[in-house]
Amino acid sequence: MWISKRGFARRAVRCCAAAAMILTGSMVATVQADEQAAAKAGEAAGKVEIGINEYEDTAKKRPVDKSVTRLGEKPEDKSTTDHAKLKELQGPFSSGPEVTKACLGCHNKAGHQFIKNKHWTWKYHNPKTGQDLGKSVLVNNFCTNAAGNEGMCAQCHAGYGMTDARTYDFKNEENIDCLVCHESTGTYYKLPPTPGNKACSVMFEGKKPIDYTKVAQSVTLPGRNNCGACHFYGGGGDNVKHGDLSSALFKPSKKIDVHMGEDGENFSCIICHVGEGHEWAGSRYAPIAKDTTKSKPGLPRQTATCESCHGVEPHPMSLMGIKLNDHTDRVACETCHIPEYATGGVATKIHWDWRTAGKLKNGEGYREEGYIQGNGEPRHTYKSIKGNFKYGENLKPIYKWFNGTEIYTTVHDKFDPSKPVEINHLEGSPDDPDSRIWPFKKMVTIQPYDKGNNTLVYMHLWGDDDDAFWGNYKFDRAIARGMKDFNLPYSGEFGFVETWSYWPIVHMVQPKENALSCQECHAREGRLKDLKGFYMPGRDRNEWIDRIGIFIVLATLLGVLGHGLLRILFSRGRSH
Amino acid sequence: MAVYKVKVFSRFERFWHWTQAALIFILLFSGFAIHGFFRPTGFENLVWTHVVAASALIVLWIFAIFWHLTTGNWRHYLPTTKGLFKVARYYAWGIFRGEDHPYKKRFWHKHNPLQALAYLGLKLFLFPVIWITGLAYLLYGFWSQGPVTASSLEWVAVIHTLFAFLMAAFIIIHIYLLTTGHSFKEHVSPMITGYDEVELTDAEKAYLEQDEPGRIMT
Repeated sequence: MWISKRGFARRAVRCCAAAAMILTGSMVATVQADEQAAAKAGEAAGKVEIGINEYEDTAKKRPVDKSVTRLGEKPEDKSTTDHAKLKELQGPFSSGPEVTKACLGCHNKAGHQFIKNKHWTWKYHNPKTGQDLGKSVLVNNFCTNAAGNEGMCAQCHAGYGMTDARTYDFKNEENIDCLVCHESTGTYYKLPPTPGNKACSVMFEGKKPIDYTKVAQSVTLPGRNNCGACHFYGGGGDNVKHGDLSSALFKPSKKIDVHMGEDGENFSCIICHVGEGHEWAGSRYAPIAKDTTKSKPGLPRQTATCESCHGVEPHPMSLMGIKLNDHTDRVACETCHIPEYATGGVATKIHWDWRTAGKLKNGEGYREEGYIQGNGEPRHTYKSIKGNFKYGENLKPIYKWFNGTEIYTTVHDKFDPSKPVEINHLEGSPDDPDSRIWPFKKMVTIQPYDKGNNTLVYMHLWGDDDDAFWGNYKFDRAIARGMKDFNLPYSGEFGFVETWSYWPIVHMVQPKENALSCQECHAREGRLKDLKGFYMPGRDRNEWIDRIGIFIVLATLLGVLGHGLLRILFSRGRSH
Repeated sequence: MAVYKVKVFSRFERFWHWTQAALIFILLFSGFAIHGFFRPTGFENLVWTHVVAASALIVLWIFAIFWHLTTGNWRHYLPTTKGLFKVARYYAWGIFRGEDHPYKKRFWHKHNPLQALAYLGLKLFLFPVIWITGLAYLLYGFWSQGPVTASSLEWVAVIHTLFAFLMAAFIIIHIYLLTTGHSFKEHVSPMITGYDEVELTDAEKAYLEQDEPGRIMT
């Protein structure tokens, strides 16, 4: 596999300079406990690379999967068109928009459909909360904001040439990138739309030119590698953001995910994220936390929930099955069926400290490797452009009541900086019938904020100018510029605030053999020990009832012992 | 009236008693383990054990109730104040002074009044509450929907737990009282052999000899 080969190649050239890196505490003491891994980490620690090189994986040849994109017998026979034979696709093509034009020539409604899609608009209006969300406006606790940094971030925009979302022509359908989702050679890649600071030039070097004719003829329904090219690398690298979406899912075994495993169902993403007309199920901005819709067998439903296939009573009709089916109204399937995330050897970022960003070596930004993940690849624990990171693998989720409503802290919202700021507050409680217990990854970050106005800030990270943080390493200038570009008030003084974000854990699903045992939660110190406000057998007790009960039993015991003792004493008295 | 060794506990009654005793011990042990006082094995094993033992006990109770009604044995548990005070006084006072137990077993009153009252309370109050709350606990998914689950389940659990403590207290007293006769062994043996010393009227004796041979030990 390409990943491990790369890992081996890197290790071969690694200097083993500094175990000191481990002592800095940037290596998180998480699950990767075996000595071999620790030895590898020591070997890798302290490797320093100069320059800025981000998202290299998304611009690499992807491992093409032959995943199942249609259900049923011999799905490959169901396609009615071999695109390689179409005269419209004989080319030659020399650019993406040329290919798109050819696509839209036949698929003359696809463009109308796609320009409404989040992958294109980067906008989402949540009708329930009234919030305007989407990549174009939100601040997260990874690289913070795409707004103003489209020159870099739009590498994962499903269109061509979005250098600035404010001026981009969202009506121009010929700028839709059909290939990134539909090509199947694995040779297509995207680069950041603008070159950025000169220190970033390495990101554009040594790329093999794309054979647009070949990739255009390869189009088909999206496989895991298409979706994964962006979604596995969210937040700045492999599995950085989600924790349950990593390159381990390109060609996973059943052990990593029961549905996607190549030795099992080998599902592509679109088997669950169903959709027609370029709109598909599975929104993270407005997820379905409790799916109670009863569907008739065979009736297609445009939802990505477990229940849409498995129903609300998925367990067999045994005593145990009935008891488990009792849980589905209060516990999400994922809670039991995803015991751990960031499995399969790819770590996820769990802690990010922006405060240390901007350190230089000989006037240049640099990166340090300090963590070797399960598959042998090193991960950066420090980057001048981003600060320090901690990683984790095979992590237990945290659990929260969730009803599907998330309240985001946007760049406009004021907060109390003395407490951690929830980037996406999760609504839900045990008293709410629409809430269920869900598993989440919790991302903790220390990131810049406006000290005067108590708001989050936009940072100008990317650009060939004197303000862009990536290249100039000045927070004050990057923030001032980032806010000014969007006419946002900025007090001129920034500080750092702890932020939390929650990422629903929904992939890396395990079959019943590996699902959580009851004991994992139904115990005093179980996984749900921090969830308050409801009675859970095996975890909870009424302390007063326990005290009264123990008192009754002890009093009874003392009573009979006293009675017995008196009998013995009196009988002795009598025998004398 | 004379005292005879009479079979007072039929085979079914003895089977019922000892099976019930074993099941109650299993239930107390697994129940308090589920409650979290200790955790010798996984939650599902404990719940499984508890549910199987409880189901077995419920089946046994159904048979026992049927048996009580059809054989007329329910009459042993009729409460009476006659002699009740004497027996209470005996346990509070007379027992220390070496007095004899004021109650003599009779064929249709094999329990002393205090004993009969205690067993009646056990059968009409303790057992039903445990039984009903236990079933409600087991089947809460069928009667409780949505957020109601949270608080009502707690009440069911609390009552069930409290009565489990009362069961434990009952067992302590029950076992202790076995030591109050001539010997522990003598007190236990009727529930094993079935025979105990009972005062029979001449009529009862004649009837048993005539119609139930083997009932009086010769």
